[in-house]
Amino acid sequence: MTEQTPRDETREEEKQKEKQRREPRDAAYWARYAETLKVTGVAEGATNINVEGRRAVGPLQGFGKLWQKTYRVSLKDAEVTPVEVIKTWKENYKDFWPEGNLFYAPLAGITPGEVALISGSLPGGVKLSTGVMVLYADDESFSLMTPEGHPFSGWITFSSFEEEGTTVAQAQVLMRANDPLYEMGLRMGGHKMENEMWRKTLENLAAHFGVNEPVEMNLVCVDPKLQWSHYRNIWHNAGIRSAIYTIAAPLRWRRNRARQD
Amino acid sequence: MPEAQVKMNVRGAGEKASIIDVQGELTAFAEGVLMDAYNQASDGQVRAIILNFEDLEYMNSSGIGLLVTLLIRINREKQQLLTYGLSAHYRSIFQITRLDDAIAIHDSEEEAVRAANSA
Repeated sequence: MTEQTPRDETREEEKQKEKQRREPRDAAYWARYAETLKVTGVAEGATNINVEGRRAVGPLQGFGKLWQKTYRVSLKDAEVTPVEVIKTWKENYKDFWPEGNLFYAPLAGITPGEVALISGSLPGGVKLSTGVMVLYADDESFSLMTPEGHPFSGWITFSSFEEEGTTVAQAQVLMRANDPLYEMGLRMGGHKMENEMWRKTLENLAAHFGVNEPVEMNLVCVDPKLQWSHYRNIWHNAGIRSAIYTIAAPLRWRRNRARQD
Repeated sequence: MPEAQVKMNVRGAGEKASIIDVQGELTAFAEGVLMDAYNQASDGQVRAIILNFEDLEYMNSSGIGLLVTLLIRINREKQQLLTYGLSAHYRSIFQITRLDDAIAIHDSEEEAVRAANSA
């Protein structure tokens, strides 16, 4: 073994400093760190009650079991490259969602750091206002990360790649239910609803390219443990807050009217 | 799927820790290489796995997902996951994705090894 001389150490320090200065290849693809989410411009019909000022949360901050769900469709016989698939997916994201859920894309489109609002529904018909942040976006993939209060804590990665000469489109969710109530909801039909939603989304994407292939699903429970230390996440539950917001609508209307008079 | 553009070298660091040197790209395609390296690293009495990111050249969100699943596996084995060599850019990604809540980040190998062996 050779000992390191002071000159070697200086060289090593210089190498490290140079590395810190150099911008990595993926730098432009990631969102910049911000303590809380900021929504720039709220589209007509969207409600920004559960996104602005919330923190983004990953799979480690959730309450429920950790799931990795992969949905994929082979775009057989479609002459389309992975880059073209992702470009189309980003530009028409909301159009591929099944009916009943609305995605209000950010004005700047699916670009890193942008926040989109969502209006959806939970099992039992509860209306839900929430959103997602674009965590990462390059030419062949993009990922959306959820805010506190969202039904799940984690991210969804949409990607496209070549496999045995065929272009494949894939959505992969890495998630935990955000709080005990959502965990219960997922077990009582929520998972089924979610699986159906992504199946339909991929079918719609494939149909856009003239393909009618079945969507393959691979559902893996990565960690069956519940994270009880995160049960307080229920405080931000977007379902409860959206329901209260809806119930209080007449009161808000009266208050606004009184202000105008 | 394309081949993984990553190499991982495993070496011991004291009685209780192993270091995995990550060289190249951490993407979905690196899963097999990372899990093989982990199996090799966690042989025997190892209680801590240290990831050396000094030569990390590229990471996408699937790469971050791999670190989450590795962390779960390590926790299940009652081991600890530590890192060092992260550039300012990758430290910021650990912050955004909130991996820094669960993975200890150290400035140098010496510091990480000391922390791993004192735990």
